[in-house]
Amino acid sequence: MARRIQRILSSLLTVCIYYGLFVPHAHSQVSFERLLNSNKEPQNWLSYSGDYSGHRFSALDEINTKNAHKLTAKWVYQTGATGKLETTPLVVDGILYATGQDDRAFALDARTGRPIWMYQHQLPGDIRPCCGRVNRGFAILGDKVFMGTLDAHVIALDSKTGNVIWDVVAAKYQDGYSFTVAPLAVKSLVVIGVSGGEYGVRGFIDAYDAATGERKWRFYTVPGPGEPGHETWEGNSWKVGGAPAWNTGTYDAATNQILWPTGNPAPSNRGAGRAGDNLFSNALLAINADTGKMNWYFQFTKHDEHDWDATQVPVMIDSGGKHLIAQANRNGFFYILDRATGKLISANAYGKITWSDSKDAEGRPVAKKEASPTLEGHTVCPGALGTTNFMAPTFSPQTSLFYVTARDQCDIFSTAPQPYEAGHAYYGSAYFPSEEAEPYRGFLKAIDPATGEIKWKFEHTSPTWSGVLSTAGGLVFTGDAEGNFIALDAASGKPLWHFQMGGAVYAAPIAFAVDGKEYVAIAAGSAVYAFGLP
Amino acid sequence: MFWRTRNRRSPTRIANRPSLVILTVMALTGILAADNRNPFAKDPKAAKAGESEFRINCALCHGLGARGGGRGPDLTRARKKHVHSDAEMFQVISNGIPGTAMPANGTNGQGVGMTDEEIWQIITYIRSVEVKAPSKPIGNAAHGKELFYGDANCSLCHIVEGKGGRVGPDLTSVGGSRTREAIIDSVRNPSRRLAWGLTESTKEFPQEYETVTVVTADGKEIKGVALNEDNFTVQMMDTSENIYLLEKAKLRSFQKNRESMMPVYKADILSDKDLDDIVAFLISVGAK
Repeated sequence: MARRIQRILSSLLTVCIYYGLFVPHAHSQVSFERLLNSNKEPQNWLSYSGDYSGHRFSALDEINTKNAHKLTAKWVYQTGATGKLETTPLVVDGILYATGQDDRAFALDARTGRPIWMYQHQLPGDIRPCCGRVNRGFAILGDKVFMGTLDAHVIALDSKTGNVIWDVVAAKYQDGYSFTVAPLAVKSLVVIGVSGGEYGVRGFIDAYDAATGERKWRFYTVPGPGEPGHETWEGNSWKVGGAPAWNTGTYDAATNQILWPTGNPAPSNRGAGRAGDNLFSNALLAINADTGKMNWYFQFTKHDEHDWDATQVPVMIDSGGKHLIAQANRNGFFYILDRATGKLISANAYGKITWSDSKDAEGRPVAKKEASPTLEGHTVCPGALGTTNFMAPTFSPQTSLFYVTARDQCDIFSTAPQPYEAGHAYYGSAYFPSEEAEPYRGFLKAIDPATGEIKWKFEHTSPTWSGVLSTAGGLVFTGDAEGNFIALDAASGKPLWHFQMGGAVYAAPIAFAVDGKEYVAIAAGSAVYAFGLP
Repeated sequence: MFWRTRNRRSPTRIANRPSLVILTVMALTGILAADNRNPFAKDPKAAKAGESEFRINCALCHGLGARGGGRGPDLTRARKKHVHSDAEMFQVISNGIPGTAMPANGTNGQGVGMTDEEIWQIITYIRSVEVKAPSKPIGNAAHGKELFYGDANCSLCHIVEGKGGRVGPDLTSVGGSRTREAIIDSVRNPSRRLAWGLTESTKEFPQEYETVTVVTADGKEIKGVALNEDNFTVQMMDTSENIYLLEKAKLRSFQKNRESMMPVYKADILSDKDLDDIVAFLISVGAK
C-alpha cells in the first residue's frame, strides 16, 4: 500500500513537473544533462532549435488541430527598436530569454511578457554588419545565457540579472567579422560561428569555456597552408575566402560531433581568382566537440558563385535504423547524408532550379558551366536569396515530414570586379531581379525525407523569411511577410488559424508551457508575441 | 547613439590613402569643409569605383547605368527630385528617403551599407553619367495637357497635380523620375512593368497595381486593382473608386493577375506625336 501511494505520488510529481504546475520561482540551473534530455521537459525551449536534433518540434499538444482556431494573443512585448527581429527566444521554467536588434537582450515573465531584466550591448559607431543589425538568439547553460554581437564579441550574461559575466573579443569587427547567430551550448562549451562572408573574412567556428570565456578551440573553415583542403584555393585567395558559419548547428551526442554548416566563399559571386572547390565553404562539417578537429565534411555547392550559403539548420533524422542528417539547402536541393560518415544518400530539388542538370558519381548536383555569372549578366534560378535561406525548418516525428519555407525566384547574376579592402563589402558581383522570369513566389513546403517528394505546399502571397515550428498537436506554425502568424494542419497544409501581427516575420516560432498552459511565441515587426487558448 | 552617419572611416584607413590624408589635413586647417564636399568630384578613377559600387548597391532598383529600374528613378537626369547638391545626395543615399522605397544605405541602413568614401564614389559616378535635358524639348506640353485631361482619357484613372482619377498611380512626379522611354513604354505596354520582385526593404510599399477579380458569396463580381493583400484578405478599388475590404475565405472566387487594368494604347489609338505631347506635359509637371 505504502509503495502504491509512493508510486501515485511519484507519478503525480512527474505530471506536475511536466506541466509546470508549481509556482515558478528562482529557476534551477540548466545543466548539459538537461540540454541532452530536453525532450523530457517540453514545457521549456532550451536551445535555438529546441533540442540538439535541430527538429524545432514541440511535444506539447494542448493546442492542436481541433482547437487551433480558438488561439488568441496572450501578450506582446515591444522592443522599441527598428530593424529586423530574427530572434528565437529560449524559455526556461517560466522565463523567456531573447535577443533583439542592435544586440539588445531581455528576459520576460513568459506568462505575461513583463520584463525582468534588459541588456544593451554598447556597439561601436563604425560597425558594418551585413544584412541588418540582427541577432538570432541566446544559448543557455548553467545560470548564464550567451550571445554573439555585431562587433564580434561573445558575451555571457547572468540569466537572473542580465549582468555581464564575461565578454571576449573573437575577431576584429573592423575587418568585417560579426556574430548574428544563436550559439549552441555543448558540454561545458559555448559554440559559435562567425558572420562576414560579404567582407572576405576567414570563417571560423569557436568554442568557449562557458564558465570563464576562455577560448578552447577554433576551427578555421578556410584551411591555411599545409592543412587539408588548402589546395582548393588559388594563390592567396584563402586569406579572404569567406566560408562563414552564421547559423546554428546541432550536436550528435552518440558520436560527440558538432554538425555545423558553412556559408559562401568570398567574393560571393565571382569565382575568378579563387579557382578550385574552395573548401570548406558551403559545407556541413562534423567537428569533435572536445578537440575542435574535423571528422568529415560534405560540400553541397563546390566553388559557389551565387551566394548560396549552406548555412541552413542541419536536421537529424533517425529512420529505419539509419542515422541521417537532412538539409534543405539554399541552392534548391534537399540533401540527406549519413550522420556518422557524411556520405551523401540523396539530393532532390524542392524548388525552381536551373543551375544544375546532372550529378557527380557521389550523387551531388553539379553546376552547369553556363550558370556562372557574366559581365552582362544572365538569369539563374534560384536567385541570390536562394530557395531557402536562414529561416529555420522543422521536422515532425509525428508526421515524419520536413517543413521548410521556400522561394521560387530567379535573378540575373552579373560580375562586378572588386578589389579586396579590409572591412569593405567584397561581393565581386551584382544581381538583379529578372524581369523576364515569373514574379517571385513563396511557399511553405512539406517534404518527405524518405523520398524527397513534396507532400503538400502552402503558397504565400509573397515569399516570407519566417521559420517553421511543428508540434505534437498536429500543427505547423509559420509567419508571413505581410505580418500574419499562421497555424496549419501538419498533415494537409490547410491553414486553421491566423493572426495579423502588423509586422513582417523574420524569426522562427517556438512553443512552451507555463502553469500547464501551452503558448506559441514568435517575433514579428519589432515585437515578440505569445499566443494560447482562451 | 548608434546611428552616426558621418565620418565613419577609421583613422588608419584614411591614412592609407595619400589623397585623403591631404584632404584631412586641409579640413583640419579649415581650408575645406570636407564633410559637405565630394572629395572625389570629377575624378574618373573614383567614378569607375563608384560604378562597381552602384552595380552592387543601387542597380537593383535604379537599373544598370542608373537609367531607372522597376521602382527606382532614372538618376541620369541632371535635375533630380530630391537632391541638387552632392551634399544632399550624400544625405539621401546615407539615410534614405522616409516614406519612399529608398532605404538608408549608410552603415546604419540595410544590408552591408556603404562607407562615406563609397557613397562619394557613387555620387561621382552618377554625376559622370548625367545627361542634360535637350535644349529643345520633344513634344508640345500644352497639347499634351489637353489630351491628358481630355480625349486620351488618362485622367479618368490618373491624377496629375491633384486632378484626376484614383484607380491608377498619381503621375504628378513621374516625369521627374522616369526616362521618357520608360513612360512611353508604360503607355504602349502597361502590363510590362508592374513592379514585382521587390525585396524586404520595400515590402512596406506593396502596391503593384495587379488586377483582382472576385466573386462574392452573393454572386457579385468585382474587378479592380489590389491596394494590398495578404494570405487571408484583399483590399481593392474598382474603376468607380469604391474600396472593398474582403476576406478571401468568404469569397466564391478570387483571381489575381499581372495584366494591368490600363488599356493598351497602341499607335492607332494614340499617335506617336500625341504621346510625345503627353510625355512632354508629364515631364514639364515633374520638373517643377
